[in-house]
Amino acid sequence: MININIRKELLGSSGKMDLEVDIKIEEGSFVALAGESGSGKTTLLRILAGLEKAEGKITVNEALWLEGKQSLATQKRGIGFVFQDYALFPNMSVEKNLLFVKKDRTLATKLLEMTHMLELKDRLPLSLSGGQKQRVALCRALMNKPSILLLDEPLSALDPSMRTKLQHDILKLHKEFGTTTIMVSHDPSEIYRLADRVLMLEQGKVVQDTNAKDAFLKTRGSQKFSLQGELLEIIEADILYIAIVAIGQQLVEVVLDEKEAKSLKVGQSVQVNTKAFAPSLSQ
Amino acid sequence: MDFSNLDFEPFYLSFKLAAVTTFILFLIAVPFAWWLSQTKSKSKPFLEAVSSLPIVLPPSVIGFYILFTLSYNSPIGAFFEETFGIKLVFNFTGLVIASCFYSFPFMVQPLQGGFETLNKNMLEASYVAGKSKFQTLVLVALPNIKPALLTALIVTFAHTVGEFGVVLMVGGSIPGETKVASVAIYEFVEILDYSQAHVYSAIMLVMSFFVLLGVYIFNQHHSKRIGIS
Repeated sequence: MININIRKELLGSSGKMDLEVDIKIEEGSFVALAGESGSGKTTLLRILAGLEKAEGKITVNEALWLEGKQSLATQKRGIGFVFQDYALFPNMSVEKNLLFVKKDRTLATKLLEMTHMLELKDRLPLSLSGGQKQRVALCRALMNKPSILLLDEPLSALDPSMRTKLQHDILKLHKEFGTTTIMVSHDPSEIYRLADRVLMLEQGKVVQDTNAKDAFLKTRGSQKFSLQGELLEIIEADILYIAIVAIGQQLVEVVLDEKEAKSLKVGQSVQVNTKAFAPSLSQ
Repeated sequence: MDFSNLDFEPFYLSFKLAAVTTFILFLIAVPFAWWLSQTKSKSKPFLEAVSSLPIVLPPSVIGFYILFTLSYNSPIGAFFEETFGIKLVFNFTGLVIASCFYSFPFMVQPLQGGFETLNKNMLEASYVAGKSKFQTLVLVALPNIKPALLTALIVTFAHTVGEFGVVLMVGGSIPGETKVASVAIYEFVEILDYSQAHVYSAIMLVMSFFVLLGVYIFNQHHSKRIGIS
């Protein structure tokens, strides 16, 4: 069991704010930290890693990591950390990046095999693609068989198809090693696929502690289908108005009446709801 | 022109002085530059200013203060001579001390610049992997700033070879002890022996050029290989 009860004053975009978190995390679970940028997700992750100072108490399976201001050094925590920008050591080959953490060639080979990277083990990081680099970083983070694996937006720099592949790798490794994994992510589909618990942060506080379905499924009441999008433009067409809404990577048109059109502002975050039709999936 | 009686001792002294200075400064400057690059301390600008002084001060000012501090008439000079029997001025030891002050920023600045361009996350990844700051410095930081490291070493070496004012003030011109190449050239000019001055100067010019050319070729080659621009 991991007990986290910490405070830290942060300088956010809207002035000072207090990061105050009091949570318990089950061993072996996969927790996603979600929320807008500047809500304190990454800071919380870095505090867990010991890379950022904080006050409070953190215990991990009986071991004391933080008490008051006394903090256990990052080096002694035995964690794995995957950075958004891979942070590989450019002077070392793929295999040496792994062996740097621990001289355990068997484990390195196993990890590289699981992520289909074994053939590239002698390559320097410079010659790898983004997805390959992040696989190496993931393997490297698991080399000391960490009690906690921390992932800071690990896939946000990758294209969607590569993301899906790496999500499988992350899940595979999480299960194989039985680590407790905590991941910062913005991507609902990623969180849905990987995490069994979502902590939603807002202004430094946990405002929602639930599963991915409840956190992101926006359906309410009798509405059957609901999508979050951004209103890009409202076009006047005779007596009607047409709203252009961006949902993910897609643009859709929604017909509005005058009253609705007047109440909406371009740039606003909106929900597209429908109840009359049963949506169907096709390939 | 007769080259057979050309005295190479001043060159030998210049290069010995440069090699010793570069070695000592490397040991001092690497931890110092590393600390500067990583610290958030308020004393950083102060230390940066002090360590950069030799770049802007006239060599005579540095030479004067070193003479003033290390001569037998000062407490430090008297202490060393009475306790260890070591004279700190007008000998090779004095030249090394003076050169270490004079060339300090030329070692620190490229190193600090190199350390500061390193990806912070990469260094943190090393800490997370359980490595100490010292291990991270030696195994991760230094190998990834090779061009900056080479620049620091070569520029310090070259700058020490090219020293004149400080050397003249602190060392004088004792043959075989403190008469380095730059001082020797100055003396040839003084006694109007232009042909010897020409030969010495040409040797200095050609050697300096090839050393610098070597550094730039290495850096170009290296940045292509590792992908650091």
